[in-house]
Amino acid sequence: MGRLIPHRIAWRVATVREVVVESPRARTLVLEVPDWPGHRAGQHVDVRLTAEDGYQAQRSYSIASAPELDTLELTVELVDDGEVSPYLVQELRAGDVFEVRGPVGGHFSWAVADGGPLLLVGGGSGLVPLMSMLRHRGARASAVEAHVLASARSEQDALYRDELQGLEPRAGLSVAWTFTRTPPPGWSGYARRVDAAMLADVAPGPGERPLIFVCGPTPFVEAVADLLVDAGHDPRSIHAERFGPTGG
Amino acid sequence: MPPISRGFHGRRRDDADAGRIPPGQYLTPDFPVLSAGPTPHTPLEEWSLTIHGAVDEPVSWSWEEFRALPAQTFTVDIHCVTKWSKLDTTWTGVSVDTLLADVTTEAEFLTAWSDGDYTTNLPLEDVSDGRAWVVYEYGGEPLDPEHGGPARLLVPHLYFWKSAKWLRGLALTTEDEPGFWEAAGYNNYGDPWREQRYWGD
Repeated sequence: MGRLIPHRIAWRVATVREVVVESPRARTLVLEVPDWPGHRAGQHVDVRLTAEDGYQAQRSYSIASAPELDTLELTVELVDDGEVSPYLVQELRAGDVFEVRGPVGGHFSWAVADGGPLLLVGGGSGLVPLMSMLRHRGARASAVEAHVLASARSEQDALYRDELQGLEPRAGLSVAWTFTRTPPPGWSGYARRVDAAMLADVAPGPGERPLIFVCGPTPFVEAVADLLVDAGHDPRSIHAERFGPTGG
Repeated sequence: MPPISRGFHGRRRDDADAGRIPPGQYLTPDFPVLSAGPTPHTPLEEWSLTIHGAVDEPVSWSWEEFRALPAQTFTVDIHCVTKWSKLDTTWTGVSVDTLLADVTTEAEFLTAWSDGDYTTNLPLEDVSDGRAWVVYEYGGEPLDPEHGGPARLLVPHLYFWKSAKWLRGLALTTEDEPGFWEAAGYNNYGDPWREQRYWGD
């Protein structure tokens, strides 16, 4: 039948160039990965750690960086009783090495050629793959209309807040935050869980046929995707990525 | 030889369960959710399950007819390609053998398809001989929509994406046709014990 046998996706050694503090619980790992094959914004990688006695653990993490960057960046949030994230967030430092494999996951991904308008809805660290899309849009100076709704418990927990503020090109870009637990003092923006009214405020209407990407913890994604379907958006236009309650 | 990650010790499993966890997997007590789109909510009166494609006669069951079929309750381990494994999960449903009992076919493969346009392909052999079910209860309760209710395929010996949620049909095929994830870089077969996660594994 002449079925194509594709290449195995190889494990590659990643060297940590820098660890950036994003929030008290999240770090961006800036990695040098020789022969990285490139990725589409929104994809993820598998990470494999090896202990001195040969014990290994694997997890998946979303790529935060634009495909145009020469380093690969992962933003990792601490899972309290996790096995891998405490190491990546609290122990890892410049010069350390581990393995990555990827990129993986072509469904939850976007490139400027795919067009828009874009609706990006992120809960907590669900913002990470959406940030890769926005950075890609910026790197290509694309004017594709993009609307971002980011949900965080507090300002302290919010990822990339300053960078989102300064994103270019401004034309066609809107960024809205909602702080669900502790809004900053004097905050006049949203301070509740994402609901139908909030989505109606920030999202293009179903008639504009936006490409929609929703990422976050499972209950967040379930709720937002249901609201979008109820609002009349085509279920096939809604790309969802759910972070399980465990992992780590 | 993989490089050593300085300062990483990890959590080894020395208990009896270690032999039940495939390579690269970790154990979770929770039941994470992985789906590519919104959760469909098909009313039961509109639900049906159909076996069609390369068959002499397609067969179809309404929800009531499906629920009247002989069911089994069984306990298995499940393994998701996103690395979690969950042991001793208990399900109730209809063996695919029961569904295929009156089907005459030359097919060697099938595509399971679902509400929400999801598809996944399997060798017919892998859903035969008591290795696959269409389940509607998890832990004695009706299956939650986010976990694939009202009914999902369950093929516990393969990675969990093969266990299509919101199942509506099995299309029998003479040629193997890659499904949703299989066309997007995931392994065509997906054996967790051989760590067949992606193309070429």
